[in-house]
Amino acid sequence: MIDRSIRQHLSWFDTLKQHLLTTVLCVALPVCSVSASAESLTIGFSQIGSESGWRTSETESIKAEAERRGYNLKFSDAQQKQENQIKAVRSFIAQGVDGILLAPVVETGWDQVLKEAKRAHIPVVLVDRGVDANPDLYLTKVASDFREEGALAASWLAAKTNGKCNIVELQGTVGSSAAIDRKAGFDAVISNFPNMKIIRSQSGDFTRAGGKEVMESFLKAESNPKKDICALFSHNDDMALGAILAMKEAGIKPSKDILVVSIDGVPDIFKAMMDGESNATIELNPHLGAPAFDAILAYRAGKTVPKWIKANGPLYLPDTAAAEYNKRK
Amino acid sequence: MIDIRPPIKATNMKKHHALQHLLKRLQKQPKTLAPFVSLLLILSVTALITPGFLEIKFVNGHLYGSLIDILHRGTPTALVALGMAVVIGTRGIDLSVGAVIAISGAVTAVLTVNTDWPVWIVIACALGSGLVCGLWNGLLVSIFNIQPIVATLILMVAGRGIAQMITEGQIVTFHSTALNAIGNEFFLAFPIRVWIALGMIILTIVVMRKTSLGLFIEAVGANVRASRLVGIEARLLVLSAYIFSGFCAALSGIIIAADIRGADANNAGLWLELDAILAVVLAGASLAGGRIYLGLTIIGVLIIQTLTTAILTSGLPVQYNLVVKATIILAVLLIQSPTTRQWLSKRFQSKRRQNPKKGQNSTSSQNHGRADQ
Amino acid sequence: MAPHSNVKDHSRTTSDHRSALLEIRSLSKSFTGVQALNAVSLQVNKGEIHALLGENGAGKSTLIKVLTGVHPRDEGDIKLDGRAIHARDSGHAQQLGISTVYQEVNLIPSMSVTENLTLQQQEKSFGLINWKKADARARALLARVGLENIDPSRQLDRYSIAIQQLIAIARALSNEAKLLILDEPTASLDASEIKQLFSLMTQLKNQGMGIIFVTHFLDQVYDITDVITVLRNGECVGTFPTASLSRSDLVSHMVGKSLDDLATSSDHQATGKPQNTLLTMQCVGKQRFLHPLDLTIHAGEIVGVAGLLGSGRTELCELAYGSTKPDQGLITLQPESSAKPTAEPTSLIQKSLRQTIQSGMGYCPEDRKLDGIVAELSIRENMILALQASKGWWRSIAMSEQKKLVDDMIKRLAIKTPDMDKPVGELSGGNQQKVILARWLITHPKLLILDEPTRGIDIGAHHEIIQIMQELCEQGMGLLVASSELEELVMFAHRVVVMKDHHKVAELRGSNVSEQAILHTIAS
Repeated sequence: MIDRSIRQHLSWFDTLKQHLLTTVLCVALPVCSVSASAESLTIGFSQIGSESGWRTSETESIKAEAERRGYNLKFSDAQQKQENQIKAVRSFIAQGVDGILLAPVVETGWDQVLKEAKRAHIPVVLVDRGVDANPDLYLTKVASDFREEGALAASWLAAKTNGKCNIVELQGTVGSSAAIDRKAGFDAVISNFPNMKIIRSQSGDFTRAGGKEVMESFLKAESNPKKDICALFSHNDDMALGAILAMKEAGIKPSKDILVVSIDGVPDIFKAMMDGESNATIELNPHLGAPAFDAILAYRAGKTVPKWIKANGPLYLPDTAAAEYNKRK
Repeated sequence: MIDIRPPIKATNMKKHHALQHLLKRLQKQPKTLAPFVSLLLILSVTALITPGFLEIKFVNGHLYGSLIDILHRGTPTALVALGMAVVIGTRGIDLSVGAVIAISGAVTAVLTVNTDWPVWIVIACALGSGLVCGLWNGLLVSIFNIQPIVATLILMVAGRGIAQMITEGQIVTFHSTALNAIGNEFFLAFPIRVWIALGMIILTIVVMRKTSLGLFIEAVGANVRASRLVGIEARLLVLSAYIFSGFCAALSGIIIAADIRGADANNAGLWLELDAILAVVLAGASLAGGRIYLGLTIIGVLIIQTLTTAILTSGLPVQYNLVVKATIILAVLLIQSPTTRQWLSKRFQSKRRQNPKKGQNSTSSQNHGRADQ
Repeated sequence: MAPHSNVKDHSRTTSDHRSALLEIRSLSKSFTGVQALNAVSLQVNKGEIHALLGENGAGKSTLIKVLTGVHPRDEGDIKLDGRAIHARDSGHAQQLGISTVYQEVNLIPSMSVTENLTLQQQEKSFGLINWKKADARARALLARVGLENIDPSRQLDRYSIAIQQLIAIARALSNEAKLLILDEPTASLDASEIKQLFSLMTQLKNQGMGIIFVTHFLDQVYDITDVITVLRNGECVGTFPTASLSRSDLVSHMVGKSLDDLATSSDHQATGKPQNTLLTMQCVGKQRFLHPLDLTIHAGEIVGVAGLLGSGRTELCELAYGSTKPDQGLITLQPESSAKPTAEPTSLIQKSLRQTIQSGMGYCPEDRKLDGIVAELSIRENMILALQASKGWWRSIAMSEQKKLVDDMIKRLAIKTPDMDKPVGELSGGNQQKVILARWLITHPKLLILDEPTRGIDIGAHHEIIQIMQELCEQGMGLLVASSELEELVMFAHRVVVMKDHHKVAELRGSNVSEQAILHTIAS
């Protein structure tokens, strides 16, 4: 039903979604054609570490996908150190793997090792983050587009409120690419609606405590928060969860008095949706294995591969929250 | 002698005197006055920028407003700063408090979720984890003579890892009415956690000042060799200071976890040690040990928290937050710097000297005033 | 001569023909209510060694600090070589030609001698430090003070305090100094080093340099100086040619009263009647610290410890008190005879310092600043510290009680301070020493160990402290006093233990206690 209302009010959103679909499709198409050949590959995967739940599920998803395909995956945990990653990539090159997956811990300093891989004709696929190097040196980047995540959140909100809403925004850590791009994507969409505006915006540092403290100050700053604030847009779920606590303590019903939309899709936000305290979340897609392996297959088949394969996650609503929560638990 | 000066001038003179008195007081006991003045200045400027900032309403049987928020939000830092002040008094420093907060929060959350132990046992375990951390720091510093900044750095780094091991890297969310009350509910119009912090503060001040513990800690911090020669057991004292700091941090960790009803091992209490150190220094203590000022340390905490809350409510664009905060803190520190004070009083004196007639008048008005009394 | 006569500069006749180097006219300086200097005038000529003498708090240090720009002056003029100067800080004062060497060596112990000597003016080639050149200059400077045999690349604290003092002087000379101020430079030097310093001073004087020499050794004043200026209570008592001022007059000027009062109590030697045994040390020693020795101290007795620097004086005091634990022997402290005459004597080696203090011992350490005072804390807190520590932290002494105890002590020991809440660090050396003494007197000790109780404090306080010690002794306390000042030691000690190379070499008693006998024992 919501999808229908989005389409009704936002004809341009169709184009956006279509654009999304085509991106996914053009990646997905070669999958069917090439995976039929059922070639067994040896792939090296240099992961940053296991600093968050999301990264753990990314690792597990890629391992599972490799197993499903019968690939030999050589996994290396860099424990947050670039030197470990460079060492791992060099050892993959020495072992003559068919392709390398690299989740780079930092953006710079990769030119040398990428050149070495290129000289050995081993394709390197960057997963979930980019690097600051000549794009010729790697095959492609498989990652979410933070801008589109922000845009999707804004589109949903515009549809839900008929383009009329006073929004408070919880930004991520100042200067982080996720915070900058999610904000930019969100702002770009709401600029089309004269009656949608961000009335307050502060950083909650991507943390639950930060989100709670900032939301408290937002509520104090408005004389009648129930009426003056229509929705909360939070750059991640954790801050939204903190903000939900703040609202409840101020006697405000989250998701009813104030709409809540956030990004990431952590288990607890699904729990909140089940309890009727949050309205929507956009998943930061951890399932990057399939598109990454497909890109390597496409390369081996001599096809051109785009430099950025956007692997955005879907928007989840309370109706599927219970199922998603159980899946992730 | 007949006084023919118009009365309006006399009030000017009185003001002049009040200022002079203030300066004298500042010169004599600058450390006690400056933090108060800074806090009042920040509060009044914020009230101008954000109307209604000083407003306190009575909602649902408790007080409600930004000032209450400042007290509410300031409690974790206040508790940590209390322990930090004592440690700094012994010429030490405790960088691990942020990590101890994470550990105690993790213990609280994991025990609440995985056991059906009564809440007081859970809290006791969390506080116990803080005591153990403090004992570890204290042993490294007092028995193994490792420099405090290095000794506590070890736990600062490792502690967060320990907390992550306890929570298995996830944010552990829990539900407990008692803990929720500690985090967010009110008692006698004020947040319960403010009462807890107030109790700790008063208890600490009483123990430090009504017994001779404060004197001994300051003596050990200012001159450990002389203290040893008069029979003070410096090692035991230093050890207990770190244990106390660990305890305060653990209490703070329980409150922080109770606040968000979850243990965030990565972010709970992150950089809080720096705020705590800043508060102790704002109170006028020296990092080289010696005199500590517990009451003023709390004022220091309130200065920092007022700034944070004021910036959040002011609607300042996020990217200016840190610079504005740092600038104001710098200004507060400059007000307290002896150099600034000397410069100010010198200017004041030279002005007086340039206008000796005025100076004479002021003395005569003083005499006159005395005669009147 | 009346001490308060207004003799200011009138009495000086000798050096008028020489040209004035430093002229100070009616210089005043006050600190929050205390007039530290009151219209002081002083003239130092070229090629003159000028003694600046006075009691604690007379204003010597303040005068030097104003001169070198550490404190700004309130009023008055300072002229150097006929030009008015306003030093902003000690560095600026050096540029102007005033170099100062302080009592506490003002060098950086962890740096090499060369680094210390060339810190202010580095030898640079192409913008980088040329260590070869720097070493060469350091050597040249060291040669000037007669330290040819020093390796300038070694770390400074490898050398004795005496050598460090000479190095500090060498550094002061590295600038083009016209006026050299030496503030108690001889406090830690032995006789031959003092001789070396004096020949250096004479040499500098002949080169036309003016030297202000602050000391509390009167012998040295008469040995080396040309002119004496005496300060008292921030005022200039007068300037006198050294040759025409008698010792007794000098002391009278400084103290403001006749020396006879001080001298009367000095020939008591025979009167001290040793009573009960207080402390017994049997074969007490520690490897590479002190050779085992026996020592007994009785109630109502002052036992002196004599010896050269590094002979084991301080080590003996530390072992007796227990701040350093001996690795052999037995130390016992007799309980008060009147209470329990048959009680077992308490052995102290296994006990903590707190227990030692509780059983009635006190210790005034040699290094007042490092081991004695807690500079940041107030006079009250410093005085109460030992008693409070022996009681334990939980049994706090009531504030009214504290104030009474401290007030009594301030009066009894004549400590000069406006109030008891002043930080001890702001007091003069003599008053600090009195505060430490008071700290122990408050605990009512049976035995007090004093290591160099009169070091670095001037003549008035010297006599006051010696008088206090004698009074305590008459009241039945036992005292163990280590001192490098033999003249004093023989004046008050009933027995003298002579130390040499970490051994006890003799114990002189009765009529054998004399400077000559001690020196003879040390020399043999």
